[in-house]
Amino acid sequence: MRVDRDSEWSALLRAANAGDAPAYRRFLQQLAPVLRSFVRRMLLRATAPEADAEDIVQEILLAIHTKRNTWIESAPVAPWLFTIARHKTIDALRRRGRRIDVPIDDVAETLAADEDEPNLIGLYIDRNLETLPSGQRKVVEAIAVSGASIAEAAERLSMSRGAVRVALHRGLASLAARTKGS
Amino acid sequence: MRTEELIRVLAADPEVEKTPLALALVYGLLPGILVSIALYCVLIGPRPHLADLMSEPRVLFKIFYPLALFVCAGPLALRLARPTGDPWPLVRLLILWLFVLAAAVGIELLVLPPDLWRARLIGHNAVFCMLMIPSFAAAPLIGALIALHRGAPKNPSLAGAVAGLLAGAFGASLYATHCPDDSPLFVATWYVIAVLIVMAVGAIAGSRVLRW
Repeated sequence: MRVDRDSEWSALLRAANAGDAPAYRRFLQQLAPVLRSFVRRMLLRATAPEADAEDIVQEILLAIHTKRNTWIESAPVAPWLFTIARHKTIDALRRRGRRIDVPIDDVAETLAADEDEPNLIGLYIDRNLETLPSGQRKVVEAIAVSGASIAEAAERLSMSRGAVRVALHRGLASLAARTKGS
Repeated sequence: MRTEELIRVLAADPEVEKTPLALALVYGLLPGILVSIALYCVLIGPRPHLADLMSEPRVLFKIFYPLALFVCAGPLALRLARPTGDPWPLVRLLILWLFVLAAAVGIELLVLPPDLWRARLIGHNAVFCMLMIPSFAAAPLIGALIALHRGAPKNPSLAGAVAGLLAGAFGASLYATHCPDDSPLFVATWYVIAVLIVMAVGAIAGSRVLRW
């Protein structure tokens, strides 16, 4: 089971690195619920508020995105993914000063309902989005919120497609840089 | 932002860093090395009769021992620049290197009369050596840190320290072609201290610039 998941993810990420956007999206979609329960388990162990979980999941996804180049394509992908997940979770806990304000019972109850929850909201990225240059912010918002493609975003913002791609790439890189550990 | 929305954004940015980390490290080190060599030529240059001295085992050791360390530290820096980086190969390399150094010191102590030990250890210009090695290491260290910045080291301080080892070993090897003190006693003391200084600077810089 574990081996199957690893080889499927490896195949998807390899395809993604070769420029296959749908494969990349499928990879991230499969990854998200797994990361979610991973983060919840870590928060539970640290007795940290579970409300932060989705923010941390999003930070991990951003880190995986910007550091995809550090995965060696011939190596198993799961250890790499979970090392990043652990690293970013610890960073996030540190940054939040590890507040201990949630009774464990509450967390344990929500852990049981660990199904696919695509509508969970993280606030951290939104907060940082506001600090990006407006061009980058508009591109990210157009694609995220209104689901525009690169071409549609280019048309709506009257930019060239290349400029949209560059703004998106830079915007994501600086969003990721803002989640750095301390 | 919903996670689903974030995933849509990420998938719209499929552009992945194409330069392999190893190549990035080479590109980062090369300009640094050239700057150091230029600095070396302007400031001190090789010692007189260097070519004639190249058959002298002490001189060979002094130059090629750090050079070999430089070559071996490269792959380790790359390994430590990844999230899954494992520090044990580095520890093994350092232990092996200390053994080689200890052996060189042991041989020197055997062949050298004890009344010369102190003079050879202190040498002629220990302070100059400790200034020059870090100076020649500075540019390669900056280049290495810029390259490793593309990585995602599990431990940024450690990755910075290995960048320092890389740069310090290069600086030591370059300085060795000028240095008049050939005894392994001198190398084992002052060169090692100089490289440790560069490693410490690398670790401090790494903990700041290699976070991700």
